[in-house]
Amino acid sequence: MSNKEPLFSAKNRRLLTTPLSKENPITIQVLGICSALAVTVKLEPAFVMALSVTAVMAIGNVLISMLRKTIAPRIRIIVQLVVIASLVILVDQVLKAFVYDVSKQLSVFVGLIITNCIIMGRFEAFAMSNKVWPSFLDGIGNAMGYGWILIVVAFFRELLGSGTVWGFQVIPQGFYDFGYKDNGLMILPPMALITVGIIIWVQRTRDKELIEEN
Amino acid sequence: MENLISIFVKSIFVDNMVFAYFLGMCSYLAVSKTVKTSVGLGIAVVFVLGITVPVDYLINNYLLQPGALVWLSPSLADVDLNFLSFIIFIAIIASMVQLVEMIIEKFSPALYSSLGIFLPLIAVNCAILGGSLFMQEREYASIAEATSFGLGSGVGWFLAIVGIAAIREKIRYSNVPAPLRGLGITFIITGLMGIAFMSFMGIKL
Repeated sequence: MSNKEPLFSAKNRRLLTTPLSKENPITIQVLGICSALAVTVKLEPAFVMALSVTAVMAIGNVLISMLRKTIAPRIRIIVQLVVIASLVILVDQVLKAFVYDVSKQLSVFVGLIITNCIIMGRFEAFAMSNKVWPSFLDGIGNAMGYGWILIVVAFFRELLGSGTVWGFQVIPQGFYDFGYKDNGLMILPPMALITVGIIIWVQRTRDKELIEEN
Repeated sequence: MENLISIFVKSIFVDNMVFAYFLGMCSYLAVSKTVKTSVGLGIAVVFVLGITVPVDYLINNYLLQPGALVWLSPSLADVDLNFLSFIIFIAIIASMVQLVEMIIEKFSPALYSSLGIFLPLIAVNCAILGGSLFMQEREYASIAEATSFGLGSGVGWFLAIVGIAAIREKIRYSNVPAPLRGLGITFIITGLMGIAFMSFMGIKL
């Protein structure tokens, strides 16, 4: 690096923080929706999924950024797919070895990280044209932007749908004795979409710049 | 035969790729602005799913499953190549998409120009990879079952994207709260459509 800049200069910090809100991969860039919605019934699989995506994103971004000068533009998509697929196989094997139950719950969605458009999208848009360290930060930032949406959606779905958080009962038994019922609809797939819709609504109400034309 | 029809109908309505598993959401949200383009993308997805699922079925059963290599030599009975399935499936999908593209270009230039850019895009549509992975997980008994599952999921996806595109064309004329415009309302409508599709749950043929 010829122009020495501090590791956490303002520019680099921005790479880490804008994906959390203004350029959130899910609510603004509309990337990686598929897996985001399917794993959010419970908090634990959502958290594991967020971690897996973070690992694949950060390492993948670094690898692609290191290789960026040697990849011929014509074959870049296949190179990117190979990098992602190998990383995902690693993550999958690690999950199977250490958290087998969660890996069963996530079922095909670990494999679907491969076609998760956040990863391809960030490779294309950032890692192919930037240095290694900013790419690493960009990867972490985007994965965290993805992760917090996942965790918020999963928190509400688990709380309202099953009355638990991370598997622990939080709604007191007394409520159930008085006739409180868990909202079964929250566990079903459509409510994930509506929950994300509401998050988008709240976010854009607070930040008027993000409102779309139509 | 009945079995095949049952799998076909079930994968369209009950296990709909979009509403039950959220697969292919990215292109579903991005391309559903007009009915015409979404019909094009929908047809391309049906096409590619109908081809890749049976091909991946063969690969899975004759190469990857534990003991699948017995046809080569009995000594390979305990080889398990399952961990390779992601990378092989995605390679098959990418090459199949390329192949389908070339075949269509050769034999039906009209269809080719109407599908246009959508064919290459499909390689990274998660509905396609998801189809193959579900096929592997559910262990269909024959290639015919796998094919009807592939086609059915494709048709289900087609229905979903054409439906949302039609609604989005109309919603342009209504007064949606400003922060919900565009993406937000599309999510919520998809959720409502999903609730409607849930009424098919439990259908048995």
